[in-house]
Amino acid sequence: MINVSKLKKGIIIDHIEAGHGFEIYKELHLNDIDDVVVLLKNIPSKKMKQKDLIKIETDLPIDMNVLGLIDPNVTINFVKNGEMYKKITLNLPKVVEGIMKCKNPRCITQHEDVKEIKFYLVNEEKKQYRCEYCDAYTTFMGEE
Amino acid sequence: MLKGRHLIEPGDFKLEEIESIMELADNIITNPKGYSLVCKGKLLASLFYEPSTRTRFSFEAAMLRLGGEIIGFDDPNNSSVSKGESLGDTIRTIECYSDIAVIRHPREGTARLVSKFAKEMPIINAGDGGHEHPTQTLTDLLTIRKYKGGCDNHVVGVCGDLLFGRTIHSLVKTLNRYQGITFVFISPKELKMPENILNQLNPDTYRETTNLDDVIGELDILYMSRVQRERFVSEEEYLRLKDYYILDKKKMKKAKTDMIVMHPLPRVNEIAIEVDDDPRAVYFKQAKCGMYVRMALIAKLLGAEENND
Repeated sequence: MINVSKLKKGIIIDHIEAGHGFEIYKELHLNDIDDVVVLLKNIPSKKMKQKDLIKIETDLPIDMNVLGLIDPNVTINFVKNGEMYKKITLNLPKVVEGIMKCKNPRCITQHEDVKEIKFYLVNEEKKQYRCEYCDAYTTFMGEE
Repeated sequence: MLKGRHLIEPGDFKLEEIESIMELADNIITNPKGYSLVCKGKLLASLFYEPSTRTRFSFEAAMLRLGGEIIGFDDPNNSSVSKGESLGDTIRTIECYSDIAVIRHPREGTARLVSKFAKEMPIINAGDGGHEHPTQTLTDLLTIRKYKGGCDNHVVGVCGDLLFGRTIHSLVKTLNRYQGITFVFISPKELKMPENILNQLNPDTYRETTNLDDVIGELDILYMSRVQRERFVSEEEYLRLKDYYILDKKKMKKAKTDMIVMHPLPRVNEIAIEVDDDPRAVYFKQAKCGMYVRMALIAKLLGAEENND
């Protein structure tokens, strides 16, 4: 078992479904920050059998909105002075802006440069969102 | 108050606002001269990025009959679009010259997008791909109101291309807001009503079938639609489905004596010409309703409901 030292400040993203850690790493743009980031994958877990985990030693605010889309079951722990001071769990966001792209090939957003497209949650179970422009259903990770 | 608002989809307006447009359209039909100058000095930009006969002519006729004037294009190759101009820039420029704009575009969601660039100029969606066609919905509602006495309590059969039929999507969503409406969706399996529309309906208020003969006798309104060649990637698939339903005299015999047949036009083969003389066929009257309802809409959005002089 690899040991990673205790975090003094920052964010721990725990209970990530095994295999989703790198996806979260990419979507949070953790490659772009200069702080220490650790991604652990396939950690044995009693509850989940295996899980991924990310530790970020930072003071910077990080937009966690995207996490609800990739893996709404993750837990986020905020750490200050070596102690956890806040813990949050996520739900699928009702509205997503600037993260998703419409998958409908006939949608105008595929042909014009449209920024910050809003998507509205329509089906929590299927993780389906409705495009504000064409109303087509799109999922974040998979097929339409 | 509808002055200055956009109409991108029928859901942008409350039912009472839609009814107020219908009432104004009724008044215009009764007294067209009384409205012949209400838009004098106003300019409508007619932006057709896709071919259209009925919709474009009816908008232009509507504006002219209100005393207004028109600028625009019906072929994007004759505009700056051919130079690579973005839609946002086009609309911002047109807003410098026009009081109101009508846009038709093959891409879905275009009207919503351009409405974000227009600061004060109302935008009317005249059809965006297979998505929405709200002024056809207003036309349909006025037709139903005129020939069925109102829009509540009808069994509405919708037949043909329910997948790509934008007029149908807009109409179904709007009729669903009226009282006592039930739908029978009649289509080949390949052209069924999309999930995002069905999800908006109470499952008890609709059923789906592939057979028109089986259900025609139950209907108060039969809304026929064309299988649209331009929406198909495969010509073979289009040819296989285009004549799936043909409404003829034989089928009309099974229908109620007061059922009305509607169609957004243009038709191809889906309604036999022999049906045109049947008093229940209202599709050409429907086209006339389209001009009056667009007159009412333009007047409402410009806040010009009465002659100034």
